Amino acid sequence: MSGDWPLWEVFVRAKGGMSHRHVGSVHAPDAEIALRHARDTYTRRQEGVSLWVVASAQIVASDPSDDEAMFDPAADKVYRHPTFYNIPDDVKHI
Amino acid sequence: MASLPPIDLPAGASGEGAFDVPATDADSAVLFDYLLRLGDDSLILGQRLGEWCGHAPGVEVDLSLSNMALDLVGQATHFLGRAGEVEGKGRDGDALAFRRDVLDFRNCWLVEQPNGDFAQTMARQFLFSTWQKMLFDRLTGSADDFIASVAAKAVKEVAYHEELAAEWVIRLGDGTDESRRRMVDGLDWMWRFVPELFEMDEIATKAAACGAGVDVTAFREDYDRKIRAVLAEATLEAPADQRPILGGRRGHHSEHLGHLLAVMQFLQRTYPDATW
Repeated sequence: MSGDWPLWEVFVRAKGGMSHRHVGSVHAPDAEIALRHARDTYTRRQEGVSLWVVASAQIVASDPSDDEAMFDPAADKVYRHPTFYNIPDDVKHI
Repeated sequence: MASLPPIDLPAGASGEGAFDVPATDADSAVLFDYLLRLGDDSLILGQRLGEWCGHAPGVEVDLSLSNMALDLVGQATHFLGRAGEVEGKGRDGDALAFRRDVLDFRNCWLVEQPNGDFAQTMARQFLFSTWQKMLFDRLTGSADDFIASVAAKAVKEVAYHEELAAEWVIRLGDGTDESRRRMVDGLDWMWRFVPELFEMDEIATKAAACGAGVDVTAFREDYDRKIRAVLAEATLEAPADQRPILGGRRGHHSEHLGHLLAVMQFLQRTYPDATW
């Protein structure tokens, strides 16, 4: 039965101030039930305070065959990393 | 060979025609019975939902049903544990759950009904959780602090059960020809057990009078309105009223409960006090 249902990607916000993170997917007949399935599957142990579900079919993904053109050019741009600055010790989450 | 132990009767008891010895304190007897009703409703429905584990239409639904089962068993643990304390005969929640005979169970008929198919299970859940939510809402103001605090925690769980069940009633009712037929059949099966939820017998009346319990007839109209609103969204008619089935609160049950208990109680009956 659930094999006939579309797939939904699930995102959980672990606590206030954090961003939603992808945690997995669920099958569900529609968005409302998908949200409940996400709740029942991924937040049983207090994993989150907020949930997003997105129809997997709505996600536009990069093509693995384009990997070289997409990602390799960034490999030698070391100057793009903010590692040339001194970060004060009391600054968190950088 | 040892003979059977003597049975000590309390003063004034005839020893005939009673399953339990009469309680000495009338108020605690009422509270004990009322706690059993609350606890047994949750326990038996929790066990029923647990029967779906590994058999649900999908892994997500399997988890939904198991989560609800665990919520309900948790409620039962509180209510039956307290019932044992009130009774004062050394029985704890486990003893009441696993070593009580069918005639001493005080749950309503609705929760012991068989799962049937998924639609029948959801019809039962919808009719029960909608009622239990309204009941727990009011029990948060119980004069009994223990009942009030358990209700305050449980009402959030039950609010979710009610929403989930209503969503499924709507989807199955307003779904395919087959899902609709199954939901109609499920509601037909369960409908005759609704009036019992609103029965005020002697125990319920006394419990409400002392403030520990509530008068369930006070929210009958709210309940009917809520049920009909969801059925309308599901494009379903409410089933025709049938002859009400009453008596669960006094220990009269359908044949289904005995079978449920046989499975649920087997281990503790066979290996008393087993732990692992």
